[in-house]
Amino acid sequence: MKILTLNFLTCARKLCKSSNTAFPLHPQDAELEIVEQDMNVEFLRNILPRLMWEELSGVVGELGLPALPPTVPTLESLTEKKLKAAENDPTGMNVVEVEVPSQVALDLHRLLLETCVKEGKLVCGSCGHEYQVREGIANFLLPGHLV
Amino acid sequence: MPLYLVRFVQMHESFRKAELEALAELAGVEIEFVSYQKDSPFCIVSLPSDAAACTIISRAIISHAIYELWGQGTDYPSLHTSVKETSSHLWAQYATTPFRFAIDSFQGHVPNAAQTKLIESFSYLSFRGPIRMRDAPLHLRIFEHYPFGSPTPSHLYLGRFLASSGRAAKTTYDLKQRHYISTTSMDAELALVTANMGLAAPGKLFYDPFMGTGGFPLACAHFGASVWGSDIDGRTLRGTAGVSSIQAKREYEAGKGIKRDVLGNFRQYGLLGNYLGGIVSDITNSPLRGCGAGGAGQGGKEQGAWLDGIVCDPPYGVREGLRVLGTREKLTDQERDTHADRYKEAAYIPPKRPYSFTALLADILAFASDTLVENGRLSMWMPTANDEDYDLAIPSHPSLQIVSVCVQPFSKWSRRLLTYRRLPRTEVTGNGEESMDAVKKNENGEEVYVRPRADDLNDFRRKYFQGFREGQQKDTQQTSSCPKPEESTQTI
Repeated sequence: MKILTLNFLTCARKLCKSSNTAFPLHPQDAELEIVEQDMNVEFLRNILPRLMWEELSGVVGELGLPALPPTVPTLESLTEKKLKAAENDPTGMNVVEVEVPSQVALDLHRLLLETCVKEGKLVCGSCGHEYQVREGIANFLLPGHLV
Repeated sequence: MPLYLVRFVQMHESFRKAELEALAELAGVEIEFVSYQKDSPFCIVSLPSDAAACTIISRAIISHAIYELWGQGTDYPSLHTSVKETSSHLWAQYATTPFRFAIDSFQGHVPNAAQTKLIESFSYLSFRGPIRMRDAPLHLRIFEHYPFGSPTPSHLYLGRFLASSGRAAKTTYDLKQRHYISTTSMDAELALVTANMGLAAPGKLFYDPFMGTGGFPLACAHFGASVWGSDIDGRTLRGTAGVSSIQAKREYEAGKGIKRDVLGNFRQYGLLGNYLGGIVSDITNSPLRGCGAGGAGQGGKEQGAWLDGIVCDPPYGVREGLRVLGTREKLTDQERDTHADRYKEAAYIPPKRPYSFTALLADILAFASDTLVENGRLSMWMPTANDEDYDLAIPSHPSLQIVSVCVQPFSKWSRRLLTYRRLPRTEVTGNGEESMDAVKKNENGEEVYVRPRADDLNDFRRKYFQGFREGQQKDTQQTSSCPKPEESTQTI
């Protein structure tokens, strides 16, 4: 499961919905893996304002991953303009300006979409319930006594 | 605005207009239906430009193509008059272009011998370019609509081909070619239409709370959206080589079978980059951020409103059981302790109870209201009986506005594709309705368990298994089809 989805998940218990400590869930004994994926700047741009940045930073710290910048990157910082040789030009003399993902976007993409929790558990900070993650799929079904 | 002719597919009639309207909204284009008939595959719309027409049709599934309208009439003389009146200013620019002329007859036929003559009757267009049957830059088509059983057409159109629809995706995503499906997978065509109605597009985030083998997320990913979803049954997500199916896993590890799971489906269509993953969860106890908290910030600090769209086909309780987390009867203290002691064991299966279909629909709407962004869409299927007496009401929620209702009829029941729009937070008035669940609260606020059977909770399921007939009718049928007791004794 991708680090991005961790920012959209909280404890499944109704009692924890009003708690301030149920979000985010804390990964424990997490086995991480990198799954390469195509860069999608448009998606990053759309999703960035919907992230809860402080909580994301917390989770990143708990997983021992490189720290995030203290504030949310601006949407403009996701792309940068680069000069590139024009297509169909054998001389290589003509250049065109193209928009390419910036290092900020590449880092975010690496963290949010390519870094995955393969095995481990997610723990609620409010009730302490542990949700198992197996083969990258988290199980949020509550046992009989917690429904 | 110029007029265009849309060549529809003559099926799923009630979806056709709604799909084009959704695509027009997605493209930010104004569309007006000038003439549309349910029994005709030819529809005249007005659109701002050729470019807009091409954009809209490129994603349409229940259409074939769009044409620039050059004329229309009720018979050939009136068609010719109309062509001369409306399109004569267009002819000159195509004078030497390679061209093609074709005839498209609906519910009728022009014999081969008559076709050439028919095409030649348009010789006043005076095209001098070469004839090219494949990929001609100028492709004109005569459309004939014959009323059912009539030898002569009642409506005629001439159009210049602009662009084909996105209908080829129907074949690409055909269930017969998909690696991993289940008994209730939605057919590819309607799944793609659902994604269109939900306005799936590149950069958007879509979610399916009943994903099963991932048919709807796949359709949304085809249109560029990033998708994820959940299912109460983890086995469907993990697939045959998942931990739940020991035998399949062994075969797979021994190099025999192939891994069939949701991820594999995305791999098959080259859409891995759009798949964010699946989780095992239940809609009544969903772990999604902001849901159940009444939207943004009312509960804890977590914020809702982060999904662009929700597409789903919830279980109707007929082929796929309708169950949620919980127990049929209240647990005793001893049972609770047992659950608490043993839930961490690998073989532990959380208890589930039957659930009301109406309550489930209400839960989905509340879920959508909490998680959708403003103007985000919910596209959801629901079944209903054809008979008005058993008609299930279309569920409503104060913060969701119904956009379209499309019906796919079957012989005794039908299912509807309902599309809702999340209203901006400022336009919402009133609160959600009270729970229709079987677990009710009494006057003292204690939970009362009514211990219902699946049939008591689900009107649709009950009618389905009664064959949508009154009890008496069914009884007479049964007696007539069974052999009488005396006869059966004789045969023995």
